[in-house]
Amino acid sequence: MRRELDRIALLEAEAITIMREVAAELERPVLLFSGGKDSLVLLRIAEKAFRPGRFPFPVMHVDTGHNFPEVISYRDELIESLGERLIVASVEDSIAAGRVVDETGPGASRNRLQTVTLLDALAEHRFDSAIGGARRDEERARAKERVFSFRDRNGQWEPRLQRPELWSLYNGRIRKGESIRAFPISNWTELDVWRYIEAEGLPLPSIYFAHTREVVERDGMLLAASEYLELFEGEVPFEASVRYRTVGDMTCTGAVESIAATIPEVVAEISASTKTERGETRADDRATEAAMEDRKRTGYF
Amino acid sequence: MESATIPSLGTQPVEEGDLLRLLVAGSVDSGKSTLIGRLLYDAKLLLSDQIEALEKTSIDRGEDELDLSLITDGLRAEREQGITIDVAYRYFSTPQRAFIVADTPGHVTYTRNMVTGASNSDVALLLVEAPTGAVEQFRRHAAIVSMLRIPQLIVAVNKMDLVGYAQERFEAVVAELTPWVEQLEIPQVTFIPIDALGGANVVDRAESLGWYSGSTLLHELESVSVVADRNFSDYRFPVQSVIRGGGGEGGSARALAGQVAAGIMRPGDEVVVLPSGERSHIASIETLDGRLDEAWPPMAVAVRLADEIDVSRGDMLCQPGNRASVTENLTARVCWMSEKPLLAGARLLLKHTTKTVPARVDQLVHRVELDTLGAEPEPAALELNDLGVISVSTTTPICVDPYRVNRRTGAFVLIDEATGDTVAAGMVLHSDEMREPRGATNVIWQDSRTTRAQRVERLGHAGATVWLTGLPGAGKTTVAAAVEERLVASGRPAYLLDGDNLRHGLNSNLGFTEADRTENVRRTAELARLFADAGFVVLVSVVSPDADARAAARGIHDEHELPFIEVFVDAPLEVCEQRDPKGHYARARAGEIAGFTGVDAPYDSPTDPELTLDTDRLEPGEAVALLVDLISARVPDPRG
Repeated sequence: MRRELDRIALLEAEAITIMREVAAELERPVLLFSGGKDSLVLLRIAEKAFRPGRFPFPVMHVDTGHNFPEVISYRDELIESLGERLIVASVEDSIAAGRVVDETGPGASRNRLQTVTLLDALAEHRFDSAIGGARRDEERARAKERVFSFRDRNGQWEPRLQRPELWSLYNGRIRKGESIRAFPISNWTELDVWRYIEAEGLPLPSIYFAHTREVVERDGMLLAASEYLELFEGEVPFEASVRYRTVGDMTCTGAVESIAATIPEVVAEISASTKTERGETRADDRATEAAMEDRKRTGYF
Repeated sequence: MESATIPSLGTQPVEEGDLLRLLVAGSVDSGKSTLIGRLLYDAKLLLSDQIEALEKTSIDRGEDELDLSLITDGLRAEREQGITIDVAYRYFSTPQRAFIVADTPGHVTYTRNMVTGASNSDVALLLVEAPTGAVEQFRRHAAIVSMLRIPQLIVAVNKMDLVGYAQERFEAVVAELTPWVEQLEIPQVTFIPIDALGGANVVDRAESLGWYSGSTLLHELESVSVVADRNFSDYRFPVQSVIRGGGGEGGSARALAGQVAAGIMRPGDEVVVLPSGERSHIASIETLDGRLDEAWPPMAVAVRLADEIDVSRGDMLCQPGNRASVTENLTARVCWMSEKPLLAGARLLLKHTTKTVPARVDQLVHRVELDTLGAEPEPAALELNDLGVISVSTTTPICVDPYRVNRRTGAFVLIDEATGDTVAAGMVLHSDEMREPRGATNVIWQDSRTTRAQRVERLGHAGATVWLTGLPGAGKTTVAAAVEERLVASGRPAYLLDGDNLRHGLNSNLGFTEADRTENVRRTAELARLFADAGFVVLVSVVSPDADARAAARGIHDEHELPFIEVFVDAPLEVCEQRDPKGHYARARAGEIAGFTGVDAPYDSPTDPELTLDTDRLEPGEAVALLVDLISARVPDPRG
């Protein structure tokens, strides 16, 4: 008999091992859940790593207040069905507490504000590590990140001084105030994630599939028309059949035109796509050549 | 300058080909980033938004042609300096195969990041430049490839355009490198001539290299056979964590989670738990998707034993007839990755499989000389990026195999406990069941005929070492001399060992390099230990800025069961500098002295001293009284 794991099984085994290692090496981890497909995979990996036991950490969502309503209800149902503990850290609360100031105007986004809310929530709950669903294929700065990524006392990433990371021997040693961000699905591609979701039969928020929505076109991207999106002069909302490739703040996450209503149809569309996931759908990465690196340095996921 | 983001490599259609983990490395300016960009561009693996962004950035920078190297370097500092700093992982697929590429830096400073990328790779691609041939960094990279046991090495001889695509030059490079590479332990080595800038022989054949009949680089990467690095013959399961719940008929209420490191595990197998040696049987192998009939590397599973025996993280399941070596002493190859040199006697943490234990580096056995691959025996230190062999002892047993037999149970990392940094990659060569004396092995300790107890009883003196550490000018010697005076006046033998005084005699051949400072502390500690053994209260006054060196000094006393009292003589730097009793600060500030502690050399403050004397706040008499009281309490005068 040929004893070979296929690509997805290899990636899954690696992710389970990383997830267990975070729980064993760190005292107070938390799993960050955005409602997106990558964090959905994380939850599944956590089940694979710890059942029949409970997760040895809570799940936390950073809610910008401008999330897609479909995603919020999906989140609540999912966590309920898992029987795990959910913490919601709210950007709305950070604004109310005067920790951050809401951006205004047509280009406004709460994406940047999330970082403060996240760091505050990590400190409030004394989490020493956060598990995230970032993948190295998403963006150039992410391609450089370790699986166990060290953060200093201010939650900041210093890309030039990353710890060497050898074999699967992850180093989770930190001093008081320092922390680790851990990325179990670092080596997965967008397509791997979709194939895994399909193979595992995982439920996704409806916005990942083609639906009719009022959108405006901006910088070559389709943004959802909503009460949170202030329009530039001349922008006229129109109806289109779209789906999302990523889930983020409504004001900066672009939709793509699509008629794909099932996972296989989505996989087929992605395979034929000539654009990258973040390049096509994330306004926040388009700002400058090093937009992601700069946000990561200050503590963004 | 603001310009569009170049997205990372996107997802490509994946056929069900196999997965190759590829390491790419080359010295600075060998054209590595350009090669990867060229490979992706010519193989039509870049997406339209990536090409657009690349065009825009190239134009913004005033370049006439596409700068393909820009596709890979992801950090701002990398683009600014035109070098790669950290390993970047890239994912792409051709119809034949899926690749995970570890794109690693060439600069010698960032070798540790190259090792990071290499540790999980199946095939290594190293670049050399046709005009220059091998440089030291190539030798270092190839030696690392060999040490990590990557079975396939492809050497791309780049920049063939600069030598007129001459066959003779390619053959000369091959002839130069072959004898050296053959000394390494790399089973298969292939040389390929290319011109990454112009694209010759990367993806497409080129007329300019018409004399070359071998594969193009891409074809070679697609067809090279991946040797599965999996061991099915031994039986190793390092326990990662214990999961409570489940179980029931005939099984424990706890499951052991982990990743199979070697062997084929089946329900019913008899297993032995190391290091305890307890035995049981496997009741079941479980996953969320159900029970398995067998598990093998690298599956992540949970194993339930038939009996409730004590097993926890860091233990290892083996079979009674095939066990890992349970040891506290091992000899290993290392790549040292810290700016702070490794010296014999260093105390570090060792992380191996799922176990982290305190360890001591007993001996630097040798250092690899890259030019000749010869060994320099017992070097004074291993410096940043040095490769070598060391012997290590751990405080508790670990379960190891030689790295060549099993990567997962033969690999370890060393961690600096104070900073948490990973400072070395280690590969077990062999383990020793018996502890060997360190240093010269043919010298035997000659016991005195008088024991310490007899000495104390007859002479009425009990010795100890009081170690005063602190910045120059903090007041160490002032306090020590006053305490010495008080003790001697009370009839108790005491002796001041002043660091500066020792440098006039015993330590006169030592300078102020890190290695010399450590040796200075070691000799001083050994001397103090002998005085203490003889019944003296020794007052050591020495800056001793390095925490590891002080820990080693304490270790020397612990080994001989002699009291060691660390006193941190603490005063703010400004105060010490103002006092400047010997005028050294002024000279250091003027640049006349280099490596002066507090000015341009670091001081590690003690984290857990027996006593801290803040000489800025305390009156001199108070400080002396505090220390005399502590000595009397810790080492009572036997005469009462």
